[in-house]
Amino acid sequence: MTRADAIGAILDNLEANDLALFTTGMISREAHAALDRSSNFYMIGSMGLLSAIGLGLALNRSDRRVVVVEGDGSALMSLGTFPLVATEAPSNYTHVVLDNESYESTGNQPTISSRVDITRHAEASGYAAAVRATGLETFAQTFIQHRASSGPTFLLAKVGGRASQGIARIEMTPTELRDRFLGAVMDERGKS
Amino acid sequence: MISPSRFWSELKRRNFRFFSGVPCSILTEVLAALPEDDEITYVPAVREDVALGVASGAYFAGKPSGILIQNSGLGNIVNPLTSFSLMYEIPVLLFITWRGYQGQDAPEHILMGDMMFEFLDLMGVPHSVIDDGDFESSLDHAVDFMGACMKPFAIIVKKGAIG
Repeated sequence: MTRADAIGAILDNLEANDLALFTTGMISREAHAALDRSSNFYMIGSMGLLSAIGLGLALNRSDRRVVVVEGDGSALMSLGTFPLVATEAPSNYTHVVLDNESYESTGNQPTISSRVDITRHAEASGYAAAVRATGLETFAQTFIQHRASSGPTFLLAKVGGRASQGIARIEMTPTELRDRFLGAVMDERGKS
Repeated sequence: MISPSRFWSELKRRNFRFFSGVPCSILTEVLAALPEDDEITYVPAVREDVALGVASGAYFAGKPSGILIQNSGLGNIVNPLTSFSLMYEIPVLLFITWRGYQGQDAPEHILMGDMMFEFLDLMGVPHSVIDDGDFESSLDHAVDFMGACMKPFAIIVKKGAIG
């Protein structure tokens, strides 16, 4: 499956109320291009920080599902956050890693994730479920299951294919992104 | 000296009830008081940058939040400050201890103890050193600043200031 396929499957299966956080780089840009919603938060800087931000949000909004979508580079930067998420154990936390084994945004340099099983790290950290899905159908079904179940859950997909071309940059400024997302979090109806 | 109960009750009075951090011996007493206080949520982070991320997530949920760290961890929050907090304008209260004060400390604390204010100034993060006499007014100033400027504010805690 391509990363765009996986992002599409996530976006297709979110409820209107769900808060979805996308990591720095192509993952944010692809999500934004595929289905922009006010309850999407796009991370621009601080690669590796997103899973911690999602944790603070999930602990304080237990009534909302928080979906964190990051890449292998970002996940490898924040391996220590995994056991913290599992220990704090917000049941509304759904963690997804789209693993293309490379730093694509900076020219496709390889990461070490071809030799490191990030799913087993999530399992050892104590996530309620940690699944590596192969194939788009399995990925989508597992995501639907995780989204609806008591977490924190972890789902990883190996993604491949050609690097995405011509995906637009996000034009909103950081403070515009912040304010729009804050509004979506505060909106009790949760409609995006 | 600011007692732990005064420390936490003044924060609660200003609606700060969510914290994350990494311990420092200067904070031993305030952290020891936490299990008895069910109004404060404290997430024991694995690193200082993670603490800032967790506290920022609370901000997105509409909760005023802060971190408590040692100044040796200031280096670990330079990236999240410059590339996240200051860029997105996410105000989080930063309690940073002052190890290496006046060069009187273990060797690993001397350099950061000497340069921490220059670091904060360079990043444009305002700061004040608290003591027994001005704790409440420093907190008020910090909260006002964060509300008006949407930036983090650093409160510097010397050895013996809280306990």
